[in-house]
Amino acid sequence: MTTETEITLTPASLDEIKHLVSERAIQGETVLLNMGPQHPSTHGVLRLLLELDGEEVVNCIPDVGFLHTGIEKNMEAKTYEKAAVMTDRLDYLNNLGNNLVYCMAIEKLADLDVPPRAQAIRVILTELQRISSHLVWLGTHALDMAAMSVFLYCFREREIILDIFEMCSGQRMMTTFFRPGGLWRDVPADFEAAVRKFVQLFPERVNEYERLLTKNPLFLRRTKGIGVLKPETALQYGVTGPMLRASGIAHDLRKAQPYSGYDLYDFDIPTFTEGDTYARYLVRVEEMRQSLRIVEQALNKLPLGPVRSNNRKYVPPPRSEIGVSMEALIHHFKLWTEGFLPPKGSVYVGVESPRGELGVYLESDGGPKPYRVHWRTPSFTNMQILPILAKGHLVADLVVLIGTVDIVLGDVDR
Amino acid sequence: MDVALWIEWIIKALILVLGLLTGFAYLTYMERKFLARFQNRYGPNRAGPFGLLQPVADGVKLIFKEELIPAQADKLIFMAAPIITTVPALIILGVLPFGGVVNIMGREVPLSIAGNLNVGVLYIAAITSISVYGIVLAGWSSNNKYATMGGIRSSAQMISYELALALSFVGPIMLAGSLSLADIVEEQMRIGWFIIYQPIGFVIFLIAALAEINRAPFDMPEAEQELTAGYHVEYSGMKFALFMMTEYIKMIVVSAIAATLFLGGYHLPFVTDQPWGVWLGPFILIGKIILLLWGIIWVRATLPRVRYDQLMAMGWKVLLPIALFNVFLTSVIMVLFPNWFSH
Repeated sequence: MTTETEITLTPASLDEIKHLVSERAIQGETVLLNMGPQHPSTHGVLRLLLELDGEEVVNCIPDVGFLHTGIEKNMEAKTYEKAAVMTDRLDYLNNLGNNLVYCMAIEKLADLDVPPRAQAIRVILTELQRISSHLVWLGTHALDMAAMSVFLYCFREREIILDIFEMCSGQRMMTTFFRPGGLWRDVPADFEAAVRKFVQLFPERVNEYERLLTKNPLFLRRTKGIGVLKPETALQYGVTGPMLRASGIAHDLRKAQPYSGYDLYDFDIPTFTEGDTYARYLVRVEEMRQSLRIVEQALNKLPLGPVRSNNRKYVPPPRSEIGVSMEALIHHFKLWTEGFLPPKGSVYVGVESPRGELGVYLESDGGPKPYRVHWRTPSFTNMQILPILAKGHLVADLVVLIGTVDIVLGDVDR
Repeated sequence: MDVALWIEWIIKALILVLGLLTGFAYLTYMERKFLARFQNRYGPNRAGPFGLLQPVADGVKLIFKEELIPAQADKLIFMAAPIITTVPALIILGVLPFGGVVNIMGREVPLSIAGNLNVGVLYIAAITSISVYGIVLAGWSSNNKYATMGGIRSSAQMISYELALALSFVGPIMLAGSLSLADIVEEQMRIGWFIIYQPIGFVIFLIAALAEINRAPFDMPEAEQELTAGYHVEYSGMKFALFMMTEYIKMIVVSAIAATLFLGGYHLPFVTDQPWGVWLGPFILIGKIILLLWGIIWVRATLPRVRYDQLMAMGWKVLLPIALFNVFLTSVIMVLFPNWFSH
């Protein structure tokens, strides 16, 4: 009745992975398990090749590329402004942050000014984006440990933020609201009221999540001492963001090299020294509160005025000018057909995304399209640390660790 | 052994099994609805009024699904495993008293199949452990690493928790001086519900029972986030439905056992003591079962999952000593104050 079929690794497939796994796997003492790309807890399409001794992870080999979108290469084929649309699709939880860093790179390249109102709105929206990204992280992180209610509570609040984005840009996620030299357009009249309502509501909601998790003994057992990341290792691997701050290094680009007027606002960088999953949880939860502080301050100081630069070589003229000015009509035509021509040169600009340092490197040959765009994405860099964190932990912890690194696969494969 | 007795047994068995099968279906509805309420959602509300036909729709869907058997699977065991899991779950409640003795057409009919079986509690302990074979075999025969891990986890987990579970039975047994569930309920009518005398035992029973039936936060064998679906990852159609069915029927079963051992079974003071109250027995028991089920669902909505090794450590290092201590404490009190108890 039963048919015994011995499945052994063929020599060819073994050769391919031999350098990745330990000697014991080749002798058949440990099990090789393929986790993903279709697996509920890999946060997208990450494939992990696991070498397991019982349930203990001996080796964990991430295999990326299943969500490769070719965005970097695609951006070279579009004019600077049109390529901005693609940036939303990179890290799909930090759309506005991607917009921001790309626009900042162009602004640096072209020495373009950004009006103060646009700067303040950029800060408000990116901080809201940070909160919404952390909410998705918190929800899925808790869901990885089967605390499923937290997930839905987090998404309830995220919905309010997405509504604000929709109010501004007409889109919930792929907003492309930031443009070189400012914003696409000014925020609607009820924007301020909507954000204020959220600012009032949210602190109590954060406390609600904390009541469910922070002192929950089961949650503590799952996170304390799990995946300890030493500060030296973190620096060696170029880990940034909350992961780095949980290991005791208070590095935040918003403080280290303030951009978009972050130096105007008063906020703290939450830092913990334990470097474990629990510390990373605390850092991110505290960051949500700090982001809210920034939003509140920026809202209080929100200046009036234009939201886009007046530099007509880069910014299309408003509709009202086209009818009355010959130059405006020419600029309009040139900008929407050929695009603008930034000077020759290369720039690198980094911002603090919810996951760490998000940088963009732009190389311009003086033409209307970028010669080369390279993204330094935090998910990709941070994910290198996963095999080190996972070693010696159980499969159940590995799932938690994928969550704590907070990878977005769109950000990893580009 | 007259013919009427046979007919009586068959009728009662049919009512029990059909009741459990309907109960299972509506328990899934109840769980989805409650979970949705805990989580700020609506839950099923499309099929029928308030989504009440959702379980029917699910059942019909699962029946019409294609049954897939992996090519490398051990086919015989693969097909037998769901049955081995389901049957014990269905027959456990045979020894549970659902009410007192009622008079139907001149016949004295006890409202249970074998409520006064003199090894009732032992029977429960024995039968509950059988279904783990189904899970282990399902995991192993699927020839899937995730399923195997789920199967291994569940066997380790059940062995660890069986002991604490069985020891938590000992308290009520000692208090009642009998292994028969009918006697246990009657003793509770006399001296009060055993939860008053056995609070530690009740808590241990609840924790161990959650682990025994693989419910959150001890749902290690099927841990969706880790093992995708655990032991039943390769199952589809009705075979999968049987595993789901077992899980939910076992929820009902442990709630029924908890209600009987610690919460007075079908007894409710001032109501079932009345001559007309005897017919209310089953409904009171069902009410208690629903309350306990609600607790199980609440736990699932709130708590994160325990890790496998922590679960084992908790079973052996915490629950077992406490359960042993509880037995010891109970016996000391019973020896010191013998006239509190009837025997």
